[in-house]
Amino acid sequence: MAERNMIAAINLGLDQLLAEDARVMVFGEDVGKNGGVFRATEHLQERHGDSRVFDTPLAESGILGMAIGMAVGGLKPIAEIQFMGFLYPGLDQLMSHAGRLAARSQGQIHVPLVVRVPFGGGIRAPEQHADSIEALLVHTPGLKVVVPSTPYDAKGLLTAAVDDPDPVVVMEPIRLYRMGRQEVPDERYAVPIGPARIARAGTSLTVITWGNMVAVALDAARALAEAGEADLEVLDLRTLYPMDREAIGASVSKTGRAVVLHEAPMTGGLGGEVVAAIQETAFWSLQAPVERVTGPDVPYPPYAWEDFYLPNRERLVAAVRRTLKD
Amino acid sequence: MMSESWPVVEVLSGGASEVSAEVQRRLYEDMILLRSFDERAINLQRQGRIGTFPPSLGQEASEIGSAHALRASDWVVPSYRDHGALMVHGLPLSNVVLFAMGRTPSLSSALKALPTSIPIATHLPHAVGLAVAAQKLGTDDVAMAYFGDGGTSEGDFHEALNFAGVFKAPVIFFCQNNGWAISVPRARQTASETLVQKAVAYGIAGRRVDGNDVLAVYQVVGEAAARARRGEGPTLIESLTYRMGPHTTADDPSRYRPADEYQDWKESRDPIQRMGGFLMAHGLLTPEDDQAIRQAAQDRIQAEVEAAEALAPVEPGGMFQYVFRDPPGDFAAQQRRIEEAVSRG
Repeated sequence: MAERNMIAAINLGLDQLLAEDARVMVFGEDVGKNGGVFRATEHLQERHGDSRVFDTPLAESGILGMAIGMAVGGLKPIAEIQFMGFLYPGLDQLMSHAGRLAARSQGQIHVPLVVRVPFGGGIRAPEQHADSIEALLVHTPGLKVVVPSTPYDAKGLLTAAVDDPDPVVVMEPIRLYRMGRQEVPDERYAVPIGPARIARAGTSLTVITWGNMVAVALDAARALAEAGEADLEVLDLRTLYPMDREAIGASVSKTGRAVVLHEAPMTGGLGGEVVAAIQETAFWSLQAPVERVTGPDVPYPPYAWEDFYLPNRERLVAAVRRTLKD
Repeated sequence: MMSESWPVVEVLSGGASEVSAEVQRRLYEDMILLRSFDERAINLQRQGRIGTFPPSLGQEASEIGSAHALRASDWVVPSYRDHGALMVHGLPLSNVVLFAMGRTPSLSSALKALPTSIPIATHLPHAVGLAVAAQKLGTDDVAMAYFGDGGTSEGDFHEALNFAGVFKAPVIFFCQNNGWAISVPRARQTASETLVQKAVAYGIAGRRVDGNDVLAVYQVVGEAAARARRGEGPTLIESLTYRMGPHTTADDPSRYRPADEYQDWKESRDPIQRMGGFLMAHGLLTPEDDQAIRQAAQDRIQAEVEAAEALAPVEPGGMFQYVFRDPPGDFAAQQRRIEEAVSRG
């Protein structure tokens, strides 16, 4: 076992998946010789050949539409969309087809498709490179959506996504690609799709979050613990659909207080769904209203404003203090 | 003129065909079956026994000729007006009736076809993917996507043809240019003089065929499939036909379509009349045979309609059952709530 960052863990996972099953194909824009703009596919073309790891023309609907056909035709496609802000032309394929073909064929056809898509902000990227549209995907019936926040989960969830018979979108938090290292096993393992992860156990309040924001929540928890102010529990959902309502209910029933944290805009964001899950599973345990800390309802701004847009430790701590006061 | 670079392939006018008498006869029988089915479906819709239905009246040669040129192991990737091609490929007509009854007809797992695609042209990349899969798995199967003149305006048409060209995928893009996209005529879809010329931009082969000449369609699709199987890549086929009926049973073409245009196609270019005349001229069909073929079609359709109507009404669980192979926990609760409301009903 070696310490790896998230991008190295994903690269290792892809390498192993390609090695163990000849039906696995890795493709997208710049994933071949260039190894992907974030280097997630580095050296994979050299190792597995340009028939299995290949560049496509620059067209997201074409990539995902072709991937659907490849999946139905007996392959295990892993398509990369370069940034989530460029997924919009491909949404038609996910919404009109990938999520529907199993139902529309009464189970005669399955779409074992994996879509990897880097998302989120925090790296001073150019405009429209930092979107988080998990709510649109989770609202699309027939898709599963996972979001690792650790190197270990990034490799394990990717493996589970490839093993899954249904279409799975793997959202990869760009800011965490190279932030921190962790022991990542060399051998194959899967992190099951569905269960959330308690990233930090605590007793005073539950922060429910995913992706980049897990790091923000852990940072806030550390600060509040050091100050002797609060003992936060951080619940990393890891899978956004299907959502682990039981884990949400269990944690909030224990702490009696919750703050939901995500970087996507507030209105219609997935935080609303989490709040609904809290009141369905833990209403009678609640001791204070649930707060949301999210991006505002504005287009993700050019990076001069990024630090104002993204939820940070200070905003989360303020929300936690308000919630603890009641 | 661009059209001169793309000669329209015709066979019936030439007076002779190399296709076996048996296949010629099958093509004719299936065109009769499709025409009879569409006429029956329109009646069923008028009686309220099925919902909105898109007939292929006038397009029988394109539908039947193209599908007969494929093998059972090839993929058919249909749009919403391609029940004729699906029928030839092995889909029971009862399933077409069920679909028009608002149900999800079960495809057989042996049938190499995707479910009918409702959005326009977004299924074209699926055909490319199926073809790429065949290529990478080392079979010589091909995929054929069906779409219309309106579909060529969509971005996915461009993306699919472009991908197919780059990957040299064994795929056939079968465009039925029937003159109309609901109420919008072909001239308002593109300033291109022909649709087939778009193949040039993607570096792929293009063929133009008389889409009301079933033997010509059969020949051109067969040649494109053979080419794809040899690893020579994709073909765009523009099949020149005409939608003699409405877009669907919910449409009234008299609002937008010149009556003389329709009359001209109906009287002088009907695909069934043309093939029937050809077969009779070659001694392959008698008026008695023709009568028997039409009666057999009616009998078969009657049985298929009865089979569809004999099925029990749907249960709420049916809409949950196949969404995921491994349904999420929440599905059971959502289904139970609907079932409880139904049983209280």
